[in-house]
Amino acid sequence: MARIIVVTSGKGGVGKTTTSASISTGLAKRGHKTVVVDFDVGLRNLDLIMNCERRVVYDFVNVIQGDATLNQALIRDKRVDTLYILPTSQTREKEALTKEGVEKVINELSETFDYIICDSPAGIEHGAQMALYYADEAVVVTNPEVSSVRDSDRILGILQSKSRRAEMGEDPVKEHLLLTRYNPDRVERGEMLSVADVEEILAIPLLGVIPESQVVLNASNQGLPVILETESDAGQAYDDAVARLLGEEREHRFMTNQKKGFFSRMFKGG
Amino acid sequence: MSDTATAKAQQVFQLKSASVSMTALELYYFDNDEFEETLKNKISQAPGFFRDIPLIVSLEKYEGLDSELDFFKIIGACRRNNIHVIGVRGGNDDQRRLARGASLALMPGGAQRDREHETSVEVSEAPAAPAPQVAKEAAETKIISHPVRSGQQIHAPDGDLVVLGPVQAGAEVLAAGSIHVYGPLRGRALAGIHGAESARIFCQSLEAELVSIAGHYKISEDLQDNGWKSAVQIQLRDDLLVVAPLDKA
Repeated sequence: MARIIVVTSGKGGVGKTTTSASISTGLAKRGHKTVVVDFDVGLRNLDLIMNCERRVVYDFVNVIQGDATLNQALIRDKRVDTLYILPTSQTREKEALTKEGVEKVINELSETFDYIICDSPAGIEHGAQMALYYADEAVVVTNPEVSSVRDSDRILGILQSKSRRAEMGEDPVKEHLLLTRYNPDRVERGEMLSVADVEEILAIPLLGVIPESQVVLNASNQGLPVILETESDAGQAYDDAVARLLGEEREHRFMTNQKKGFFSRMFKGG
Repeated sequence: MSDTATAKAQQVFQLKSASVSMTALELYYFDNDEFEETLKNKISQAPGFFRDIPLIVSLEKYEGLDSELDFFKIIGACRRNNIHVIGVRGGNDDQRRLARGASLALMPGGAQRDREHETSVEVSEAPAAPAPQVAKEAAETKIISHPVRSGQQIHAPDGDLVVLGPVQAGAEVLAAGSIHVYGPLRGRALAGIHGAESARIFCQSLEAELVSIAGHYKISEDLQDNGWKSAVQIQLRDDLLVVAPLDKA
């Protein structure tokens, strides 16, 4: 039985797709057969970050509508051979994702994959609800700012009430908090919420803290999941998060200002 | 607004939130003659009860044609029988446009309201009971053991509400009785929604957007000076919301 994990946030631009790419790559690198599914119909980004945009022939919506088989649409990652990408359509609308269609695809993926990572669109409407509907677990991506925390809280409420597990009265979706764009300097100056603040407000277990870093932006632009930048703190932070997702105990890092590393990295330009 | 206003002299009026139990007429289809005949029939069972009551027309189960829906005829039939139609609940956009054309208030539909509504219909169909609100013995306490998240609304229509966790900003908890929050209260809490002035609000940390007891409310701005971010209870004394620390209670 595959573990279905949705990466969601409510708010846009907090790092859902970056996180989906890195978590799926991290799981696959550990030998788990993993597929990452782009639910952001109409705003296709995942294929760019995974550097497979030139290999998209069929997409998620084609499979739902029966125009292509799943095997035709799945793209095998060139770097990690247990990783597959199911890209979405850029020309359709979110309503193309029907509950029955998504269920059919998820069920078929469950037969062959260990992990299904669902990259949710922003918002709380149909697309986001479809992405989280079949989830067993949720990685809630949050930036350390008030509006992002509020939106994460909203999406947690939707996970509690509108997911399949909630509707069927099964065990609730397991929630993980992933704090991204964390800048200890700015926390110290009172410009950002601290890890403790966000944990206190959202009251869900912390999966990891990803430091704000130029490396993340550079990696995205090059079509490289940042977890593969193994020397960078952001890459290592994602690696820790994946390990914790698999049940390993790892101490949280990058939560305080590391005076030595920070400025030298800034001046090297990542 | 509600309490500070008492200090100022001579305001023309004061706005208060009110929650009134009303009779709803659930319309399935509309035919003028049948409508008036059925109405007369109902009234004859309890003429005193129906005299001059406000009535809302619920369209949630309306299955007839929109073109047959004539609010002027409905209002006329009701007026002839001393009933005042004040608004409609539910309905599609066209139906609501017709209702607005007949100067009726528009109220949202909703599953939660449906339940209340059914009880009020039961009451109004039992002519022996003169008052629509019958006091219940030991109203049920609703207990919520998870955080109430932004956008969620928890409603305890009959009794007290207990939340074992935070009530987040953007969430709303309502109870006919008192509200207990064993966590920070960051959202809105409305106790005594049917007018129970003895209802209270208790919380581990007062960070609320709004608190209200029996329609008397205070917003976050007015709560900052007293007990903010500490464990408090809030009660109504002489039409004033009073915040007091819990440890001194």
